[in-house]
Amino acid sequence: MATFNSLGKRKDKIISILVLLPSMILVGIFVYGFIGNSIWVSLTDWGRGAGLAEHPVKNFIGLENYRFLFTNFIQGRFRQDLVNAVFYTVFLLVGTLGLGLFLAILLDRPVKREGFYRTVFLYPMALSFIVTGTIWRWLVAPSGGLNLIPKIFGLPKWNFLWVSSRDSILNFNWQNIIQIILIIASFVFAIILIRAIMNREKRVIIKFSIFLGLSLLYVLVLHRLLPPILPMEEAHGFNLATIGILIAAIWQYSGYAMALYMAGLRALPASIRESAMLDGANEFIYYAKIAIPNLRPITLSAVVIMAHISLKMFDLIYAMAGADNGNTGHPSINMYLTTFRANNFARGAAIAVILFIVAAFFIIPYMIHSHKERQGL
Amino acid sequence: MNKYKLNKILLYVVLIIFVAIYLVPMYMAFVTALKDPSEINLSTAWKLPSEANWSSFKEAFLLMAPNLRNSLILTVSATVISAMIGSINGYIFSKNRFRGSEVIFTLILFGMFIPYQIILIPLFQVLKTIGLYGSLGGLVVAHVVYGIPIVTMLFRNFYDQIPSSIMESAKIDGAGFFRIYSGLILPLSIPGFVVVCIWQFTQIWNEFLWGITLTRQAANPITVGLSQLAGGQAVSWNLPMAGSLLSAVPVLIIYIFLGKYFIRGLLAGSLKE
Repeated sequence: MATFNSLGKRKDKIISILVLLPSMILVGIFVYGFIGNSIWVSLTDWGRGAGLAEHPVKNFIGLENYRFLFTNFIQGRFRQDLVNAVFYTVFLLVGTLGLGLFLAILLDRPVKREGFYRTVFLYPMALSFIVTGTIWRWLVAPSGGLNLIPKIFGLPKWNFLWVSSRDSILNFNWQNIIQIILIIASFVFAIILIRAIMNREKRVIIKFSIFLGLSLLYVLVLHRLLPPILPMEEAHGFNLATIGILIAAIWQYSGYAMALYMAGLRALPASIRESAMLDGANEFIYYAKIAIPNLRPITLSAVVIMAHISLKMFDLIYAMAGADNGNTGHPSINMYLTTFRANNFARGAAIAVILFIVAAFFIIPYMIHSHKERQGL
Repeated sequence: MNKYKLNKILLYVVLIIFVAIYLVPMYMAFVTALKDPSEINLSTAWKLPSEANWSSFKEAFLLMAPNLRNSLILTVSATVISAMIGSINGYIFSKNRFRGSEVIFTLILFGMFIPYQIILIPLFQVLKTIGLYGSLGGLVVAHVVYGIPIVTMLFRNFYDQIPSSIMESAKIDGAGFFRIYSGLILPLSIPGFVVVCIWQFTQIWNEFLWGITLTRQAANPITVGLSQLAGGQAVSWNLPMAGSLLSAVPVLIIYIFLGKYFIRGLLAGSLKE
């Protein structure tokens, strides 16, 4: 019997692998193989830009495409696209998670017809970005839609150009980009360091002291000794034209964050709430001190998903502002224009690789985290 | 007691304000689609039409009919194929684990989180080489292949909730891999198929990037058709609005009638049960 069972197990294992094999091969080629291929293409000149040639002779040119994107003066739009992508991601995260959490807390109490509210807040999620973008494009038209809202209250109408404003705030000089990133990083390191000192975690203290020291060394001393990363000053900032896109995106995805948080709040045992109330906590304290900290795993998933969606804003920007609108640009739009309009496949691949690397910062830690969690089960 | 009542009223006031905000775009799309083109004016954008004019819906439908047909074929075939693949993969990762299966699962899952720009150029090249570029067939391939990670994960999560003990007696009776799958697991899988099919249907129906980069005009899906309807310079806004509503109808119907499963699909993609 025992031998029969283990034979059966062995057989099942072989069948399992054989059945999985097509999926493994397809994912192997279409995901890993293609990522490798894009990276390789980004290191070539694609037959000197002969994008449509059947079999271009690809010459290896190292990081030239990347150098061009980051330092050539005609690629200022690409650099602004990167800045836009950062702002899109940050504001989409803050907007959807903040609003979603707020709505979830509202619906976390006995509400009549709760299903109705949930449905209304979540339905935009079922639409495509193209539908959302088309409708919102009408809503943000300069002399109509949103700009007419003040008139309802008897005020003069707004004149804000939601997706075509040329103004920007929080401007900075691209030559200082590394210092700016490192100053922000230093703040984060400093906070972690202070917490580690309070908790007396020796290894963390040493690690982050080194990080903080190196960042400050660069900001205060090193960058003066190095040549500037751009030959000329170049201003970038938060383009106000992205606000229109952001409103539409938050409208579409805040219900999703709400659904995630609602599931999380429901999963908290009622006894926690009751005992907190008995201890004299009010609603506010219950949410701030008990519920929200307990929702941390959900916030983590939501951050990863929203960051991922923000990298996919291609469709929304395309439908709402058009691919050629430089003020609302995004690297994914730039990649599309560079590859399929200008037929510069190699440089398009370089932009894709940069997007991928940014995404990988979110994905890979998340994947490792959830892999470990599964193995722990 | 009074304060309690006041809070309650405040809660509903806030909720209703939010309901209004979330419904505004739908309201605008409807009133604009129902207006006669001559009546559409930015300064009166919020006003109801003087009389409901449904002809824009008919016109938009006729203009987008080929796109609707393409999307229907694409969505149904890609959804069915990927659901079948997902079911058998999920069965293996949940009920037939072997050494290394967790690693393979994680490696497959990775494909779900990548920004698709990173695979776009080789995908474009490969489809061209095998003669599928420009056609619906190419899009079906793309959606099936890049759907593997999510459908595998959704089915695995689903099968994880079915206790493995139900397989034990069948195993002792000598039933093998396929007998257990078709006789035991598959009949229990209907809710799983519903979740996966809803998820894939909405994703594929709503997809745009591949639609615009991998198909020629004759095979353009609905999202591309709509963007062209809305993208022209002298847009009369009744048509794009009617087109938006029309192309949202299938997913909204699914959402309204099967919303429970839709939410389950959403949550399964992000929460571990």
